[in-house]
Amino acid sequence: MNLEDVYRAEYGRAVAVLNRALGDLDLAEEAVQEAFAAAVTAWERAGPPPSPAGWIITTARNRAIDRLRREATREARHAEAALLHARDAPPEEGAVPDDRLRLIFTCCHPALAVPAQVALTLRLLGGLTTPEIARAFLTGEATMAQRIVRAKAKIRLAGIPYRVPHEADLPARVRAVLTVVYLIFNEGYVAGSGPDLTREDLCAEAIRLGRLLVELMPDEPEALGLLALMLLTASRRPARTGPGGELVPLAEQDRSRWDAALIAEGQDLVRRCLRRGRPGPYQIQAAMAAVHSDAPAAAATDWIQVVRLYDQLMTVAPSPVVELNRAVAVAEVAGPAAGLALVDALDLADRHLFHAIRADLLRRLGRAAEAAAAYDEAIAWAGNDAERAFLARRRAGLAAE
Amino acid sequence: MNQYLLSVYQPDGEIPEQAVLDRAMADLGRIAQEAQAAGAWVFTHGLHPADTATVVTVRGGDELITDGPYLEGKEHVGGFWVIRAEDLDGALVWARKIGAALSPLPIEIRPIAG
Repeated sequence: MNLEDVYRAEYGRAVAVLNRALGDLDLAEEAVQEAFAAAVTAWERAGPPPSPAGWIITTARNRAIDRLRREATREARHAEAALLHARDAPPEEGAVPDDRLRLIFTCCHPALAVPAQVALTLRLLGGLTTPEIARAFLTGEATMAQRIVRAKAKIRLAGIPYRVPHEADLPARVRAVLTVVYLIFNEGYVAGSGPDLTREDLCAEAIRLGRLLVELMPDEPEALGLLALMLLTASRRPARTGPGGELVPLAEQDRSRWDAALIAEGQDLVRRCLRRGRPGPYQIQAAMAAVHSDAPAAAATDWIQVVRLYDQLMTVAPSPVVELNRAVAVAEVAGPAAGLALVDALDLADRHLFHAIRADLLRRLGRAAEAAAAYDEAIAWAGNDAERAFLARRRAGLAAE
Repeated sequence: MNQYLLSVYQPDGEIPEQAVLDRAMADLGRIAQEAQAAGAWVFTHGLHPADTATVVTVRGGDELITDGPYLEGKEHVGGFWVIRAEDLDGALVWARKIGAALSPLPIEIRPIAG
């Protein structure tokens, strides 16, 4: 394991452990960064230690103690005592929650704005630098730095707790954590075209965080569902863009290019979810993705099963967007006219997807003029160039049909 | 232990029906008792309407006194609580209770410095 891998894998754990002893995220981060800096020379000389994570945490702890001794204020002496105690205490095991779980709940506390939750999670648990996060979210470095500084200050001053929430708050707080991880994934996936690979790194980071959540919350089936959904979605990435970077829709993707290992892992997780019998929105969406992964060709898709899963999703998490997607599946089972009737009943005229789906259904019904108008609407509402280009190609294709 | 200021924001000039008001006051009284029993209660009061406020600004030895609240707007702080709590989640417990008694009025939680 090289230092870069250790950093990726252990940065969050080290910050979490140090934060518990120090009660200060900035001090914890500084100590951990110093430890990694020390590792560069120490490991080069003597090779990596048997337990790299333990080495980093011990070194960070000693650095923090040195610093607190130098500062020698009353609070510093108090923190030093806590650190010395922590050094001698046996490592936490078993029922005691991993420090990283506490840290996740702190980062994703609803008293922080969602963009701040996302940035803090990537920074503190993912170990991404502020410039990396700024690039990934197409934000200025100064803006992102300010966002992180402000969020850390609020955690400290407002007393946002560093612990697993009480039972009564837990379901809502777990949902908030899963939302943050899925947001990170989608940020990387939806705009994941073009030469900028940093955005694919976001998908990888979200999946890494998803694995961590499954490890830390083994009794939470939605964490499993989210990981499965991300893996199955990511499995299609190689087939999702053409040679020129253009979007290729699911029905037209070359399925031999899907990542078989990711599919196998995702489908295995979906089966584990099914055995639990406690479905939630992520598990149901993962099950849908698994149905698509099962089909060797688009025409072989079990659409009846997809419609059933949408019905289930509508009962646990109803929304107009879910209805819209359900209409697409209904069109595959009962024909485009049935799908269009459902779509036309929805009040989603400010979504490009609404118009794109209408356009496609109208096209299949041979209503070319109406389809062209719907494509124009979709292009007007579309959020990125790849989508606009895709829709424009579709619109141009109408004449040929 | 931290202290938090819980401010209740209410629309100016809108006084609810007496029955609604009575129920809210009774609920708030119970919450105050509960907070006292839990050792969380520090202080609470309602305020007269915002148009009874006066603002004084002193600049270079000159003072300017203006009539009415400092911030313009249609909503102002109508009452406040000071609560002792372990952390923000602890303060949220009381803010939620007050917010339920006064629904749909928003409750702003500010940590008190020091």
